[in-house]
Amino acid sequence: MYPTECRYSKEHEWVRLDEGGQASVGITYYAQKQLGDVVYVDLPPVGTRLLQFQKFGEVESVKSVSDLFSPVSGEVVAVNQEMADKPELVNKEPYGGGWLIRVALKDAAELEKLLTSQEYQGLVEQEAH
Amino acid sequence: MERSVAGRQGCSLPACDVPLSQPPPQGLLRQELPLPEVTEGDLVRYFTHLSQLNLGVDVGFYPLGSCTMKYNPKLHEDVARLPGFSHIHPLQPEEMVQGALELMHRLQGYLAEITGLRAASLTPAAGAHGELTGMLVTRAYHHIRGEEARNIVLVPDSAHGTNPASAAMAGYRVVTVPSDAQGNLDLEALRAAMTPAVAAIMLTMPSTLGLFDPHIVDICREVHHHGGLVYGDGANLNALLGQVKLGELGFDIVHLNLHKTFSTPHGGGGPGAGALCVGQELAPFLPTPMVEKIDEGRYILTAPAQSIGRIGGFHGNFGILVRAYAYIRSLGAEGLRQVSEDAVLNANYLLYHLKEDYHLPYPRPCLHEVVLSGARQKRLGVTTLDIVKRLMDYGFHPPTIYFPLIVEEAMMIEPTETESKETLDAFIAAMRDIAREAEEEPEILRTAPHHAPMARLDEVAAARKPDLRWRAKE
Amino acid sequence: MPSPYIPNTPVQRQEMLKAMGVSSVDEFFTDIPINYRHPELKLPLPLSELDLKREMQTLAGRNANLEEYISFLGGGAYNHYVPSVIHHITSRGELSTAYTPYQGEISQGILQSLYEYQTLICQLTGMEVSNAGMYDGPAAAAEAALMACRTTGREKVTIARTVSLTYQGVISTYLSRPGLMVEEIAPEAEGLDGNCACLIVQYPNFFGYIEDVAAQTRAAHEAGALLVLVADPIALGMFRSPGELGADVVVGEGQPLGNPLSFGGPYLGLLACRSQYLRQMPGRLISRTTDARGQVGYVMTLMTREQHIRRERATSNICTNETLLAVAAAVYLAALGREGLRQVAELCYHKAHYAAQQISRLPGYSVPFSDTFFKEFVVICPQLPEEINRRLLEKKIIGGLDVSHMVPNGMLLCVTEMNSREDIDRLVRELAPLGEEI
Repeated sequence: MYPTECRYSKEHEWVRLDEGGQASVGITYYAQKQLGDVVYVDLPPVGTRLLQFQKFGEVESVKSVSDLFSPVSGEVVAVNQEMADKPELVNKEPYGGGWLIRVALKDAAELEKLLTSQEYQGLVEQEAH
Repeated sequence: MERSVAGRQGCSLPACDVPLSQPPPQGLLRQELPLPEVTEGDLVRYFTHLSQLNLGVDVGFYPLGSCTMKYNPKLHEDVARLPGFSHIHPLQPEEMVQGALELMHRLQGYLAEITGLRAASLTPAAGAHGELTGMLVTRAYHHIRGEEARNIVLVPDSAHGTNPASAAMAGYRVVTVPSDAQGNLDLEALRAAMTPAVAAIMLTMPSTLGLFDPHIVDICREVHHHGGLVYGDGANLNALLGQVKLGELGFDIVHLNLHKTFSTPHGGGGPGAGALCVGQELAPFLPTPMVEKIDEGRYILTAPAQSIGRIGGFHGNFGILVRAYAYIRSLGAEGLRQVSEDAVLNANYLLYHLKEDYHLPYPRPCLHEVVLSGARQKRLGVTTLDIVKRLMDYGFHPPTIYFPLIVEEAMMIEPTETESKETLDAFIAAMRDIAREAEEEPEILRTAPHHAPMARLDEVAAARKPDLRWRAKE
Repeated sequence: MPSPYIPNTPVQRQEMLKAMGVSSVDEFFTDIPINYRHPELKLPLPLSELDLKREMQTLAGRNANLEEYISFLGGGAYNHYVPSVIHHITSRGELSTAYTPYQGEISQGILQSLYEYQTLICQLTGMEVSNAGMYDGPAAAAEAALMACRTTGREKVTIARTVSLTYQGVISTYLSRPGLMVEEIAPEAEGLDGNCACLIVQYPNFFGYIEDVAAQTRAAHEAGALLVLVADPIALGMFRSPGELGADVVVGEGQPLGNPLSFGGPYLGLLACRSQYLRQMPGRLISRTTDARGQVGYVMTLMTREQHIRRERATSNICTNETLLAVAAAVYLAALGREGLRQVAELCYHKAHYAAQQISRLPGYSVPFSDTFFKEFVVICPQLPEEINRRLLEKKIIGGLDVSHMVPNGMLLCVTEMNSREDIDRLVRELAPLGEEI
């Protein structure tokens, strides 16, 4: 449920290093489970500069709205165009087709401030209590 | 639109009895007017059928918390339709509408008396409209005193969503104040939040938990001490009629939902009316117009000296004011007191008989509504949503659910005074049956309702791909 | 005297208290500080149903109603015919005594009626989406202005001078918070700047005349602003639709669509727009969907815009709206239909022009503007309009709106299908001698 190649934020986003100093960002299995059926995702335009832990968008279920926080700093180089038509991908494939944005990392060292898969799993188990 | 047949019409109109004038230039005219073509009979059958799919207070018990779904007297409907009320134009000269103005003037007085405040504006069209008006009055009040720096409004975490939304619309920053373990406002948190930047606190009394905060006088003092105003959301006034006056407790501004407390039909979502009552110091800022009585018993429309201006086209939802006036006149002071006593008695009767079957998050007597939690059933894999959908099969309208936000799996039940012990007993029996079903046959709940006009509706599909209007088939 | 609306008897109250082991209902109120309990409530004594009816009849009788008077008053509230069928539908208790349809399974009547309303408003205005209604026309215009500010990220709202002062007033009140600005402009709308969120114009304008909305739209769009059109829905029975004219948001007073004048309320705010602004819309939206058995049904949707979910970040604070009046509007538009609404509009047009023509021939009176008008027009009177109206009242005629603060000696007359030729001729006959007195 929490792939080891990703790093995680306490706000339940994941980030995965792709090639060329870019990283993909999405929300975790736990986050989408808490939200329920995702009906809409509001994402920033390409070119937006983000700071680590800054709000970059919103994700909506029928009766809730949650802010999305970027786990890393950098510039948005791509947004998942499929979200407009198929927001359910966030539920179905949170780490695959449900990715949200791709960021050109400003500082790869920021990844070290994030949780590992194991640490995140511990956090989730705590919250579930 | 689907029933439309070219050439039909549902209303006949008189022939043109004046010589035709030159028509407007062709370029200004529309070519297509795609409206349906149906007969009057088609319309009556269609909408009668639709009405049969709908539950109202006239059909059955409707304990929707915070909404005060009490019975709506039929006489009030008749009198609101008297030509002298329904066929008068808002811009007619004042001398021609003295009866309407007198009614409004008296109602202003009654509402001020009931809340223990000085003046009442009847202009807001609904509760939230009253809140926005109240926040703009708050802003004007601080502005005139040179205190523009007050840019924060405090809102408890149990508040109706309209409170923070109204404050934000008036340009305020909203700061949330938590509730304590008893369901009262957390006094420590309030003191910590009470900075010189606070313009007001918005409180619902009794709170959305149906509880009266015993520290209310201290809370008002604390806020006043720091120069803030105390705003009262009067959605729950049904609990307090004749029991206590909010103005005497220290509230400075209170909006009332006339459709709730004073029993006007809720119209499937409106119209309502949201009178705003204020103390002496705030009266000059009320919106335009007020009704004033001048010499020789004449009534006129006036603009308060430092009015925030107009918040609606004319004088408020007059048709609703007529009904609220009639309600107060039919009950008088003793009747209103009986209303609040029976509303509170009925709610506590439900609390007492359901507290074994459902979790009661705040174990103390309630006022006009009781908030229960479906947390126990949640552990059995049955949600509050499932529980209330099942209630439909028993012929009851569900209570308000998942609100207030601070109660897990909340069910907010407001029986009102117009329900009898027999109805309450039937509701209790249904709720107990459902609690048993949650343990023994949870699937019945998860797939409920089974006997309503519709099975569970797909809100997710609607939100993902909204279909907001009919379109002709390609 | 027991209230007919409170069922519990004294015996039942005792039974209930006893079942709970409570001696008095006072025990439930102990959280209220005792010094403040049981305040004196100075209200008149209660009335029986019959006495109350008489009192209400007395109060109603002190108002001059339009069944007894001939009226030429408009200015934002209009005397149009309300077909009988409307009241019979809206007075069904299943609809009128329900509330907001949060529970769709037992609220299909309201939901489907509102879906019909949304559809009909879209058809009428040429817009792509309509919400389920706002408080009234001016409040809808104010919400549209806020919507334009959110959409464009700009802070200034520009209103054509020919928009009703009532609308201007309400918009200014709604936008009075710091950081927002409202400015007035000539209706040609030249020189809109880059900080303008929207241009608001009225169609027909406050004085009843049709402006060049297509040109106004171009001016707004060139400045990157939205065009918000305040439209009279009856006029849309014959004049080009706002959609054709390029408007981005259409608002208006829905009262003329089958709702009584009722001294100014409850009324109905129309609000419709192009679909790209959907997520910035205030108010309720109803969507078609299906249920678990595959039946077509209706639900409230896109609720994350609303206050009960998004709280201080909602697109508006509106909750209770004017649903029952929206249902009436839907029935009205369906009852009149394609031909009927056009007929109503044409009746207004021809009768108003007939009246204008007759009055302009009277010595001392003139109709100053030559543009195309619909059902309202300005007459310059030989005396103060206030005085003329006073004299007309003696003859059971309610004259036009006094607009002498905007047009010297100006009176805004409104003629609808409710005014027969005989009514108009009477008005003309009564006006004539008042012109000759000078």
